[in-house]
Amino acid sequence: MEYEIKPKEKLNLGIDELWHYRELFYFFTWRDIKVKYKQTFLGFAWAVLQPFFMMVIFSLFFGQALKVPSENLPYPIFVFSGLLLWNIFSTGITSAGNSMVSNANIIKKIYFPRLIIPLSSVLVSLFDFFMAFLIFVGMLIYYQLPVNLFKLILFIPTGILICCIATFGLGTLLAALNIKFRDFRYIIPFLVQSLLFITPVIYPVSMLSHEWLKYIVALNPMYAAVTIFRSGFVTTPMEYNLLLVSLGSALFFFFVGLYYFRNTEAYFADLA
Amino acid sequence: MKPILEVQNISKRFRIHHEKQTYLNIRDSISSIFKKDNSSDEVFYALDDVSFDVMPGDSIGIIGRNGAGKSTLLKILSKITPPSSGKIISRGRIASLLEVGTGFHPELSGRENIFLNGSILGMKRNEIQKNFDAIVDFSGVEKFLDTPLKHYSSGMQLRLAFAVAAFLENEILIIDEVLAVGDAEFQKKCMGKMEDVSKNQGRTVLFVSHNMAAIRELCSTSILLKQGKIDFKDDTNIVISKYSKQYQIKKNIDIVGKEKKRIFLKSIHLHGISSDYHSLILPDNDCFFTLELNASEDTSNVQIGLGINDQMNNRILTLYTRHFQLGFDIKKGINQIQCKIANLPLKPDLYFVHVLIGSNFEIYDYNSDVTELEVSATSFFYKEMPDYSQGALIIKQEWTTL
Repeated sequence: MEYEIKPKEKLNLGIDELWHYRELFYFFTWRDIKVKYKQTFLGFAWAVLQPFFMMVIFSLFFGQALKVPSENLPYPIFVFSGLLLWNIFSTGITSAGNSMVSNANIIKKIYFPRLIIPLSSVLVSLFDFFMAFLIFVGMLIYYQLPVNLFKLILFIPTGILICCIATFGLGTLLAALNIKFRDFRYIIPFLVQSLLFITPVIYPVSMLSHEWLKYIVALNPMYAAVTIFRSGFVTTPMEYNLLLVSLGSALFFFFVGLYYFRNTEAYFADLA
Repeated sequence: MKPILEVQNISKRFRIHHEKQTYLNIRDSISSIFKKDNSSDEVFYALDDVSFDVMPGDSIGIIGRNGAGKSTLLKILSKITPPSSGKIISRGRIASLLEVGTGFHPELSGRENIFLNGSILGMKRNEIQKNFDAIVDFSGVEKFLDTPLKHYSSGMQLRLAFAVAAFLENEILIIDEVLAVGDAEFQKKCMGKMEDVSKNQGRTVLFVSHNMAAIRELCSTSILLKQGKIDFKDDTNIVISKYSKQYQIKKNIDIVGKEKKRIFLKSIHLHGISSDYHSLILPDNDCFFTLELNASEDTSNVQIGLGINDQMNNRILTLYTRHFQLGFDIKKGINQIQCKIANLPLKPDLYFVHVLIGSNFEIYDYNSDVTELEVSATSFFYKEMPDYSQGALIIKQEWTTL
């Protein structure tokens, strides 16, 4: 086994190296899941309770009081399906974005492919999603929605996949930027908050009166994720233009994030 | 036989921004587009064209003063930071122990941390499982295996950390001064384990330390780094004696603004003498302070005091002519005065020296923190040094039964 240590040259995705370190990947994810709800009385129940209460609050204010339309779905189903994916995205980019800085002590002392850290942050948020997803299945049964099982099986995983691509892309980009410019520590919460308003979580895009506003929403990669996720049980037709824009944006962030991260990771230890 | 490690012309450059913060922020980046950058950039070589080969089974010591580039070299070898130029060919798995307990998480139990830390260090899960009992046994924390790490004492955490590292199975081990902590008994145990790894298991070890005795015990060959370059590579004994000759501390004092003083300190020179390590300052050996004074007129009965403080700024010793009702007659111009301490009673550590020059009535010149006094470690294996809780002094003592 011979290898070389050289100055950084061309970009190399290093998939085989990531594979070699797959156990570390598992341990980082396992650590973060384990630590997340340590010393809490309710433990993993928090993963379910947080989105559940959000759903209740949104249903009361937006569904009942403000009468926000919900594409012929019961409003709780509409908002909960959006929140599920939104939580992957928001906790994912927040923890991935801060992961390099919070693991600086390890980065400075040991070598491993740095990509493992933001990647496992995204996996942790996916874990929370699956806990809350059980509630969602219960809700689908409770409201006795006429669902097309084939569509459900096709679109729900696709929505999750797009959401993960978007989260991972933006998360790695933010992680790499954050280690160089600590400004991003303050930008990330702000970014997450403002992105919620241009994601069709609490309101449907059809509510927007101007066509150009819809395209702004579509620039957000989460538009595609949420729309496709819902299309298993929503009957209103999809707007393919908007979907394509949003998918393009997800892929754009994925490749830019990955490229920028890979390009700068060699110097993380000098900057951390 | 091919070398297991070939280091070829490795350099590491850092650019030092003057009058700029170390943290970058966006405002600076944006504003620097518009205004001409008037900060000067200085290129600093942490490592400058370093080359050497390591054969399988060698154990090599890396020594040098602070800032000589030792840590940078280790960081490049362990792939944490890339070299600016040059390359390294490695024919084995490298494990680096730049710090024990990297990645320990306080909320996880001892058992969980063994797996986490082992995996961060590059061990496979089945390797950890295979060595699990041995690790626990070596660390001596089996009773607390399922207790969160945050409830461990710092000593227990350290023992657990070293125990995990001790069972790494990599062909090449890179070890920074991880042993500089812990109580004396555990340090001994660690050194024993390291000797076992390098001598009996035939693995390749690169060991960085300030502890000459430890280096001499572990490493047959050593590399002396000086300002980023290899100054010397040879048999450890030869390198150490060369190093210690360089190690005399002579410091010129900044005399700007002192010209009007009647007498002031111009330079201070610390050195020790022992048959073995030449001028390293060692505990229980003679140590010399040579002061150069500049006087603007002849002065009689000059008192000189040397204060030695520890790193917490506690006074450890005061050497003062007045205690002996002694005074020097100083002539106009340069005068040299030497103070010899027989059997220096300080334990190995870093101290700071303060110098006072005065008469019975006034202070001519007072210099705080003029220089560091580094008392080097010695006889690591044969005598235990007091740890941090046992005071700074070591004094010859005789224990007998009556």
